[in-house]
Amino acid sequence: MPIQVLMPALSPTMEKGNLSKWLKKEGETIKSGDVIAEIETDKATMEVEATDEGTLGKILIPEGTADVAVNTPIATILADGESAADLAKAPAPAQKAAESAAPAVAKAEAPAPKTAPAPQAIAEPDPEVPAGTEMVTQTIREALRDAMAEEMRRDADVFVMGEEVAEYQGAYKVTQGLLQEFGAKRVIDTPITEHGFAGVGVGAAMTGLKPIVEFMTFNFAMQAIDQIINSAAKTLYMSGGQMGCSIVFRGPNGAAARVAAQHSQDYSAWYSSVPGLKVVAPFSAADYKGLLKAAIRDPNPVIFLENEMLYGHTGEVPKLDDFVIPIGKARIVRSGGHVTIISWSNGMSYALKAADELAKDGIEAEVIDLRTLRPMDTETIINSVKKTGRAVTVEEGWAQSGVGAEIAARIMENAFDYLDAPVARVSGKDVPMPYAANLEKLALPSVAEVVEAAKAVCYR
Amino acid sequence: MAAPKKAAASTAQDKTDGGSPPEFTREQELKALREMLLIRRFEEKAGQLYGMGAIGGFCHLYIGQEAVVVGMQMALKTGDQVITGYRDHGHMLATGMEANGVMAELTGRHGGYSKGKGGSMHMFSKEKHFYGGHGIVGAQVSLGTGLAFANHYRGNDNVSVTYFGDGAANQGQVYESFNMAELWKLPVIYVIENNRYAMGTSVSRASAQQDFSKRGASFNIPGQQVDGMDVRAVKAAGDEAAAWCRAGKGPFILEMQTYRYRGHSMSDPAKYRTREEVEKVRHDQDPIEQVRNRLLAAKVSEQDLKAIDAEVRDIVNASADFAQHDPEPDAAELWTDIYR
Repeated sequence: MPIQVLMPALSPTMEKGNLSKWLKKEGETIKSGDVIAEIETDKATMEVEATDEGTLGKILIPEGTADVAVNTPIATILADGESAADLAKAPAPAQKAAESAAPAVAKAEAPAPKTAPAPQAIAEPDPEVPAGTEMVTQTIREALRDAMAEEMRRDADVFVMGEEVAEYQGAYKVTQGLLQEFGAKRVIDTPITEHGFAGVGVGAAMTGLKPIVEFMTFNFAMQAIDQIINSAAKTLYMSGGQMGCSIVFRGPNGAAARVAAQHSQDYSAWYSSVPGLKVVAPFSAADYKGLLKAAIRDPNPVIFLENEMLYGHTGEVPKLDDFVIPIGKARIVRSGGHVTIISWSNGMSYALKAADELAKDGIEAEVIDLRTLRPMDTETIINSVKKTGRAVTVEEGWAQSGVGAEIAARIMENAFDYLDAPVARVSGKDVPMPYAANLEKLALPSVAEVVEAAKAVCYR
Repeated sequence: MAAPKKAAASTAQDKTDGGSPPEFTREQELKALREMLLIRRFEEKAGQLYGMGAIGGFCHLYIGQEAVVVGMQMALKTGDQVITGYRDHGHMLATGMEANGVMAELTGRHGGYSKGKGGSMHMFSKEKHFYGGHGIVGAQVSLGTGLAFANHYRGNDNVSVTYFGDGAANQGQVYESFNMAELWKLPVIYVIENNRYAMGTSVSRASAQQDFSKRGASFNIPGQQVDGMDVRAVKAAGDEAAAWCRAGKGPFILEMQTYRYRGHSMSDPAKYRTREEVEKVRHDQDPIEQVRNRLLAAKVSEQDLKAIDAEVRDIVNASADFAQHDPEPDAAELWTDIYR
């Protein structure tokens, strides 16, 4: 029976890709290991190798087709003795067929992103953007790259260092094109040596340079956390104000998809508890750009927590010569009078979808994107809670000593008399991140949990 | 074992056994004597003030190791950076930082280099290119490599002198830094102050490779063992290493064989070595006595040497006086210097 070749997933988060090129023609003989096609995501181009032998019977997806979903049949392979007439017998997509084509040696180990647009439930205009500003649609990945490129053009003291940031173009393609524009002096591939290069970055920053240190993920920054906290965060204070460091530590934080316990931790609470650090964790593409530019200009060490699941999301970014969003300001992205939902980074995806659900039941949620975790914009939270009398926090990290716990404490300290119900927390479950798809889903917050929590504090 | 590829580096035997290092001029001898005496008297005074309760917390004295920082400083030029660990008072005085500011930091006063907020282990001076003063063993090695990275990035000819001890030499980030420094040819002199004990653990109990000059061998970083009790040998090695770095050849390792007379910190039971061992080094190798004896042999008068001693004592006494009478930092300082 003819074998179907399916569109392979190149990474845990890939849902679709472009079939950029066929390297074999219909009727050509194929041996196991032959490269038959090239497929491309916004992260990487990969070769598809045949795992079966035979003849390429029919190409089902022509080259140049964009957005081919994973597991779509892209071709059939005829075994010896089979002819085109047998093509009709090809089975429906099945697991067996999926295994018949595997991507060649994974050039990018890092998972590729979704390309779905970010939820567009934003009701409130961005106060940082003048009315009438032209907007461009960008992925968050592009917004980050543009922010770095703009700041590097502006200031020769800014440079990028990290693993695979230069020649590889970034493990998640965030630094794409920077090496070509700025050269190897300012876009520096480091050995796999987080503790060491974090210290090198801090030392360089102590002399007045402005490093952007990329961690392939913040999970690996645990190797470097001594330099981040003991050297970067504390030196200004320990030196009586003489010597600080302007440095950005950035990279993906928190859970990606199916990468298990050691690669899925959210460090929001860890870093945001440290005086001397600023901690930024944006959600929208515009905020990613404007806040990264602010972080690079900031004279203090800034932890810039990105989210891998969001890299491929698109959003509207203002076309302004110098779009900088001040660190330390939350944003009300949806206004409502019944309950305040507070989140940041990818937690906002649950929060915004939950707000849509709640609206169907007549509950108008006010959704606050904190954007910065330290310094925290307590005022915006408190003003909202004074209006709604109810609050729900949403985070992917653990609840104990979490950011939600901190927000709840601040609400209690500053708006206790305005509360009509105890503050509710929705968080990641109190377990290491499991690998199994169903368990992983259970370990993370869900829209349903946010809806439930909001209803509970509204006594509905 | 493979010797460092870059054979320009001499072997340990050349330096430690192969005759005397180049002579100092009388002016250099006098300068070295004064600088070393200043450190010794300062540290003795700090020890006294600690005993009186005027200095708190940790206090790691440099007595015995003075030739290392003084000799190295004589090999440097303005703009070269210095960074070290927590046994740092000597390094600060050698770079020209004021005794008053250092002592007042030890007592936690407003006039200290860090306004009293850093203490013994955390002082800095932008003016003197002194980058601290770090309390985490080995952290300064990556930071000092970063200082060298900045020199390389800016294309200047400054050198980072990164000091650490035989204990820190076993930390992982030291080797991460060695790798990057040689890979990128960064101008950094790694000065390993081997005073034979990491706190209470002797080198032989903690180090598989006890020749620290070879610790960069697998990265092709040249290294040299130096008699760290002879200020002339230190300066000569420092000159060679600095020239290597300034020529764009990358990092250089100097193992300074030295000795600390006092405990690791003030609260050291000193059970890990004998009193005789300490006395023998003091008697045979004291870095200050070596210079004094040479000066006397060169017919410098006792009186001239006593004048230097008196000048140094005055500076130290004045610093102790300042450090005990300067006000504590204003309570408002609690909240400053967290962000800028």
